Amino acid sequence: MAKASSLVDVSVQFPQADEIIKVLLLQSGHNTASVMLGAGFLGVAAGVVGTFALLRKRALMGDAIAHASLPGICTAFLLLTSLGFAGRNLFALLLGATFSGLLCIACVHLLARHTRLSEDAAIGAVLSVFFGAGVVLLSIIQTLGTGNEGGLHDFIYGQTAAMRRVDALVLAYAAGLTLLSSLLMLKEFRIVCFDSAFAEVQGWPSNLIDAAMMGLVIGVTVIGLQSVGIILIVALLIVPAAAARFWTENLNIMTLTAGLIGGISGYFGAAASALFPRLPAGAVIVSVCGVLFALSMFFAPRRGVLATTLRHSSLSLRVAREHLLRTIYETLETSPQELKAGKALSIAELKNHLGAVPNSFVVFMLRTQGLLRRQADGSLALTESGFAEAARVTRNHRLWEEYIVLHGQLAVSHVDYSADLVEHVLSQSIVAELVEVLRRAGRLPQHASPAESLHPLTGGAA
Amino acid sequence: MRLFKTKSVDPKSLESFPEHSSTSPLSVHAMTIAYHQKPVLWDVDYDAPESALVAIVGPNGAGKTTFIKGCLNLIPRATGTVEFWGSSYQSQRTRVGYVPQRESVDWDFPVSVLDVVLMGRYGKIGWFRPITSAHKRAAMQCLEDVGLADFAKRQINQLSGGQQQRVFLARALAQESELYFMDEPFAGVDAATSQTIIDVLRRLKQQGKTVLCVHHDLVSVPEYFDHVLMLNTRVIAAGPTAETFTQEHLKKTYGARLTLLEEVSQAIAQASRGGV
Repeated sequence: MAKASSLVDVSVQFPQADEIIKVLLLQSGHNTASVMLGAGFLGVAAGVVGTFALLRKRALMGDAIAHASLPGICTAFLLLTSLGFAGRNLFALLLGATFSGLLCIACVHLLARHTRLSEDAAIGAVLSVFFGAGVVLLSIIQTLGTGNEGGLHDFIYGQTAAMRRVDALVLAYAAGLTLLSSLLMLKEFRIVCFDSAFAEVQGWPSNLIDAAMMGLVIGVTVIGLQSVGIILIVALLIVPAAAARFWTENLNIMTLTAGLIGGISGYFGAAASALFPRLPAGAVIVSVCGVLFALSMFFAPRRGVLATTLRHSSLSLRVAREHLLRTIYETLETSPQELKAGKALSIAELKNHLGAVPNSFVVFMLRTQGLLRRQADGSLALTESGFAEAARVTRNHRLWEEYIVLHGQLAVSHVDYSADLVEHVLSQSIVAELVEVLRRAGRLPQHASPAESLHPLTGGAA
Repeated sequence: MRLFKTKSVDPKSLESFPEHSSTSPLSVHAMTIAYHQKPVLWDVDYDAPESALVAIVGPNGAGKTTFIKGCLNLIPRATGTVEFWGSSYQSQRTRVGYVPQRESVDWDFPVSVLDVVLMGRYGKIGWFRPITSAHKRAAMQCLEDVGLADFAKRQINQLSGGQQQRVFLARALAQESELYFMDEPFAGVDAATSQTIIDVLRRLKQQGKTVLCVHHDLVSVPEYFDHVLMLNTRVIAAGPTAETFTQEHLKKTYGARLTLLEEVSQAIAQASRGGV
């Protein structure tokens, strides 16, 4: 933030490839290396702690704590200056931040517990009031003109350029400590995040465990203030954890993944801001984090958007395919002498029975699979293997219908709907089981292949 | 953070209430609970019998869940004392198990079925200690008891409502307690799950344990439970089902709104003919 003099000044200098490699391999001077390692460690710690905060649905608490730190920082500065010390003592300022962070949590707790305000309203109110007070204090400090307040603004957006080796070391220790405590309390955090009432009944002091969790959140927030800044530090808590959730269903793996994503964001974000000195480090770190989140959201194997969409469309395609096959079969069935392969149905006829023109992609798919043949006049006919497949699909449908009539106590008129949905996911072993259950109940449809339908065929002459 | 600290009970004060026996798994005395000054439970006195299945029944808002939470110190009591086997809850915790309402947790939480059941063992494992294979074996046994052994590795977000309920039951079994509080374990479950749950409850009773169940389906009360606790802000009646679960008490509990009354009285008549 500091050096970006003007937004219209876009003369960005692209670094050479060898410089990029030098930076990434930590060969570009002690200061840059410390910043990158420090930001990386901070990212790991934030990702791990953020996982629990997210699952406990307390992620916004981090935002409140961060914003609430500003009046603490300013008060510490004012106190130091009035006592005659140099105001910009990092340790004292962060102590002030911690103190007002704690005060903020206490306020949110009291508001949520003793008034009818919900917790999100309480967080919103406390966050903005504390931050507002901080901004007022900041202006007062500036009008005092001690000439020493230069760095205070950096806390708002973060400033890594001034980070020294010792700062990186502090971040590394803090990240290590956070990881260690999370590992130690994994079981305790898991039970309180999942079901705090059950934890209480077993004698776990859920308030104490929550407090430990919030302590870690405060710790990460305060040590991240200097580099990522008040406004953006919450992103480092929430985004890696949210991204990690896309990849796994296992809490331990989620915690590690979130740490990894946070670490990568910190490391590469700081590298990018070293290569483009005009870019503020905090914002770049959070942007890298955002990119990783977007990648996770789209490309994660099971919960990702792409995988979900593919799953849905492949199921609906399968439903459409089996529906078309069954419709053709049931249409042929209406005149038993035609119940064999080869009889062609015109598109108009199919539309009449199907209720819609058959999906051309499904028709194409069935033709390439060799199940359907298009006649010269455009009408469609089942091939030999297509007839067998249509018979199988129809049989499954009727077996399932029969089963839910037997066991679901459903009215016959309601059967078709659920059968239509379920038959497409019946595995062979389930079909075999169905046959067995129905045979024992004496309800196995008599005709060897497609059983006689229970209800008049849709659109066909019954 | 509690609003009220419940005072530790003076043993002498209990002696003046001869009806409170020190062997009862649960004795509640003069418990009143209020939300925002409005009493939800009023002056509740109750002694749970040993080795029994107790149905807690009452209309919506009668304070059934509040009763359980008040007993378990999950919500502050305005007045009253709760004793477990004549001692404080703190000293008897390991003997008390709990099945909360199914909706009280987020079922998209990233844990497996076995992970959830293992939570029932955490009290025995203790602070900071890792989960050993012995605990995993015990948890697997509990899953087997509810017929979900094949689901151990399954993610909890893939379970049906009935399976979720059985996972909660298995988790409570893993606590190996002697007194269980269950909040609507039969709510919204399929017939197979109902059967599994009632089988498990009967087994617990055979082992001399007591189970208190919030139960909504009045028709099945005489079939499933040998004791009832009828609540409507205060205790309307409590005792063995055969004597207590009467039309008169049901009317008092549910007021005029009871449409099920006829059905229930038939069920009772049937059950008494069947010799339950």
